[in-house]
Amino acid sequence: MARIFIIGNGISGVTAARHIRKLSNHDITIISSESSHFFARTALMYVYMGHMRFKDIKPYEDGFWKKNRIELLHDSVIGIEFISKSLTLESGLKLHYDQLILATGSIPNKMGWPGQDLQGVSGLYHLQDLEMMEQYSKNCSRAVIVGGGLIGIEMAEMFHSRHIPVTLVVREKEYWYNILPPEEAAMISRHIHEHNIDLKLNCELTEILDNGQGEAAGVVLSNGEQIECNYVGLTVGVKPNIEFLKNTALETDRGILVNEQLETNIADVYAIGDCAQLRHALSGRKPIEAIWYTGRMMGETVAYNICKEPVSYNPGIWFNSAKFLDIEYQVYGFVPSKIQSPFNSFYWEHTDGKKSIRLVFNIETSEILGFNLMGIRFRHEVCETWISKKTGLNDVVQNIRLAFFDPEFYKNYEVSFVESFNQQFNQQIILNKNKTLNHVFKFLTQK
Amino acid sequence: MMNHSNIIRSKSLIRSKFQVILITIGLGILLGIFCLAQFTQLVSFGLLVSLLLGISLIIIYYSKTLYANLPEGIKNNGVWTGTLTGRGVSAWILGVVLTCFYILLYWFPHILGLSTSGNTGIIGFFDPLSQFFKNQPASEWFVYGTLYTLAIILFGIKFIWKYRHNKYQLLRTISVIFFQTAFAFLLPEFMLRLNLPFNDFKNMWPLNYYFFDSWHLEELMHAGNIGWFMLIWGLAMIFLISPILTYLYGKRWYCSWVCGCGGLAETAGDSFRHLSDKSIKAWNLERYLIYSVLLISVIMTVGVLYSYKTGVNTLLGINTYELRKWYGFIIGAAFSGVIGVGFYPLLGSRVWCRFGCPMAAILGIQQKFFSRFRITTNGGQCITCGNCSTYCEMGIDVRAYAQRGQNIVRASCVGCGICAAVCPRGVLRLENGSADISTRTTQLKTIHISEDALRILN
Ligand SMILES: Cc1cc2nc3c(=O)[nH]c(=O)nc-3n(C[C@H](O)[C@H](O)[C@H](O)COP(=O)(O)OP(=O)(O)OC[C@H]3O[C@@H](n4cnc5c(N)ncnc54)[C@H](O)[C@@H]3O)c2cc1C
Ligand code: SF4
Ligand code: SF4
Repeated sequence: MARIFIIGNGISGVTAARHIRKLSNHDITIISSESSHFFARTALMYVYMGHMRFKDIKPYEDGFWKKNRIELLHDSVIGIEFISKSLTLESGLKLHYDQLILATGSIPNKMGWPGQDLQGVSGLYHLQDLEMMEQYSKNCSRAVIVGGGLIGIEMAEMFHSRHIPVTLVVREKEYWYNILPPEEAAMISRHIHEHNIDLKLNCELTEILDNGQGEAAGVVLSNGEQIECNYVGLTVGVKPNIEFLKNTALETDRGILVNEQLETNIADVYAIGDCAQLRHALSGRKPIEAIWYTGRMMGETVAYNICKEPVSYNPGIWFNSAKFLDIEYQVYGFVPSKIQSPFNSFYWEHTDGKKSIRLVFNIETSEILGFNLMGIRFRHEVCETWISKKTGLNDVVQNIRLAFFDPEFYKNYEVSFVESFNQQFNQQIILNKNKTLNHVFKFLTQK
Repeated sequence: MMNHSNIIRSKSLIRSKFQVILITIGLGILLGIFCLAQFTQLVSFGLLVSLLLGISLIIIYYSKTLYANLPEGIKNNGVWTGTLTGRGVSAWILGVVLTCFYILLYWFPHILGLSTSGNTGIIGFFDPLSQFFKNQPASEWFVYGTLYTLAIILFGIKFIWKYRHNKYQLLRTISVIFFQTAFAFLLPEFMLRLNLPFNDFKNMWPLNYYFFDSWHLEELMHAGNIGWFMLIWGLAMIFLISPILTYLYGKRWYCSWVCGCGGLAETAGDSFRHLSDKSIKAWNLERYLIYSVLLISVIMTVGVLYSYKTGVNTLLGINTYELRKWYGFIIGAAFSGVIGVGFYPLLGSRVWCRFGCPMAAILGIQQKFFSRFRITTNGGQCITCGNCSTYCEMGIDVRAYAQRGQNIVRASCVGCGICAAVCPRGVLRLENGSADISTRTTQLKTIHISEDALRILN
């Protein structure tokens, strides 16, 4: 029976602990400085907006951990002795580990702006950021949010939900322009305007102004404009939270370097989740992926590696999802923002300008590579199967009904979708009628 | 600096404050008239109709102010921080008022003005309407039925406004409004006018616990062909129609498309759906309670039938009529009415459906073991946010299943579809399919390494 310590009680650390418990009788301890119990970071916005209480974003009841013999330590690790295998905690405690899992997550980027450390300035990552937002929301005349990514728009929605005027400052020419293809990016920009959020494109932050009491009073932008505000949100991405591990024997780059088995360069030390960087990126994926499900998958993998035999981390085909105010977004497979030869795509958009389907394919082989969905839900397994089987574009279009995952009675627009496809590519595809769950099963289980 | 969106903001704040004041004054006046009616003989058809119409307009106007100017989408901002929807002071006040109303209605209707020598008070106030429908003075049940139906229609409109982007919600709500208005309210009243037995064709034993009572069976059997039809229809509903529909679609065909209790919970109760308790403790209590109620209702029915058949009043030492009386008192009135609806603002909208309804228990067993219905989870898309669990009125921890990629097959799920509607990542879908019927509960689809088998999936 080994003593296993996990630093970080986020999704990756917690998943590792749960799976180690399933597979073994080891002593498991999770240490975290942020909160005593695991909560879903992805749901922080809903607490602020009053959709849920903090209690509701804790996926397990507090008694769960004791029942599963997973010890929780609410403390901060300030030093690791890799040779003697010991941890030093802020409280002064020294602990010996047999195996160590680093799951320390990320911290928000700060680009060295003047005023970035004032009160009323924060990212949105930790619980403490939420508390800061809450504190500065009282009598807030305006919030300025810098950065046009996934967290920026969440923050904008949060303030907006409390009728606090919001300015969203984005460097690119449309919202999330370096990830979304232009049509989708434009759709989201339009939608942001529709919600009366002041979206400033092609614009950067240069300075945050002080009100004389160490609090934010306004911002100066790259176009010279000055905007008064009581709160500045910094959401220009995150980076691995590894500051306290620098200058140790642990090999790091932007994140903690790990091999396919998620082992670091030091024996019995693993790294998973946002803080881990794969030495060799997997095909179609990035070496650091700061997202929820990869944390979960890494947690499962590391547990298996520790308790059973070595397995390689294999997240499969890329997918992700988000929600931009009221528009849901899903992506499966390869969807670059600039689609150039040898790739092409078919894009269909509903006349309401809030729903779209994009199929990315290879021009030479005509095989399907990716799906980009706005305001429409697709079935993960079906898309994944099409992509992994290198299915031809026409075949996919013909059977598109199998992929629809919107609630029953929704109009799926497949007729207009196929008509527009036939027109654009000069085809005569007739929609396959199969669309029930039984058809989906048949499709998924056929060899 | 007062720029454009600042002005918009303060304008909209002023407007919404103004609207709230207006609505409060309106409701105050109406309440005043009701109280006046309670203590005077102020009765006229015109006054009653204009009063009900007034209430309707106010609620519709209120819904409009809430949702009309917002883009389509999920609107749960401030649900937990509001005093009415977040178990604050207003919630307690409303809870007490509703509970008092139910207590008066069930046990002290004379205080509301019920009298054999001519109604007075609130009940008398409804006499003209009752005369109009069936040539009889109003009863407390007529008053209740009218207000109940009105609540489903009006809050149904509010619900449709709120979820107008969601076709499933739209159709489902139109359906409960229709069944309540036509089948539970109008049709029975007209049948009484035609001197036929009172019958709600969509109501089924054991929810309709008097179905096998001797007086009811006698009434049906003495009402000629139509009575026999009602009897056979009632039996067919129990033994044929309901099992088939539940096999095909799950219990939702009844609980959130047809049933009146469900109808009120989904419409008037929508603002309180998140208050349901999601703890494992509550789930355990639920299973004990609901199956006990089912058991008692079956024993009671067998007893009543036995007594009817043999004329003997006791079965296994239990007085069947006493049992029947107590069931009506504790389960039929106190549980389904006082706690079930009176406690909406404190315990959530489906307390009765979840902890007490014997009909739900039967349909639930069927749903779990013999139905094509399940809620599918979409691969690995779940981000464990918890919106689904929070807004599940039945207190099901949907997230616990979704984050493992497991189908949700729970006896208590009424298929309201709200979990799927509020999920920000498109993870959930209510579906029917026979192909995997035997494995639909066990299937785990964790994308990488499956939870139980720990097979490596490639
Ligand atoms: C607002 C927001 C929304 C998001 N939405 C999505 C989404 O929709 N989809 C998606 O896929 N991803 C989303 N993400 C990203 C996702 O939440 C992260 O990828 C994920 O939480 C990372 O999990 P983790 O376990 O690796 O690390 P974390 O959750 O960051 O957990 C690490 C924990 O370790 C603690 N810790 C660090 N160092 C120490 C130390 N020295 N001692 C003690 N404790 C320490 C930290 O305080 C933290 O609590 C979102 C993130 C945020 C912030
Ligand atoms: S699980 Fe979903 S569909 Fe079922 S009752 Fe709960 S919210 Fe409604
Ligand atoms: S609402 Fe959706 S994403 Fe959130 S926990 Fe439920 S299924 Fe998962």
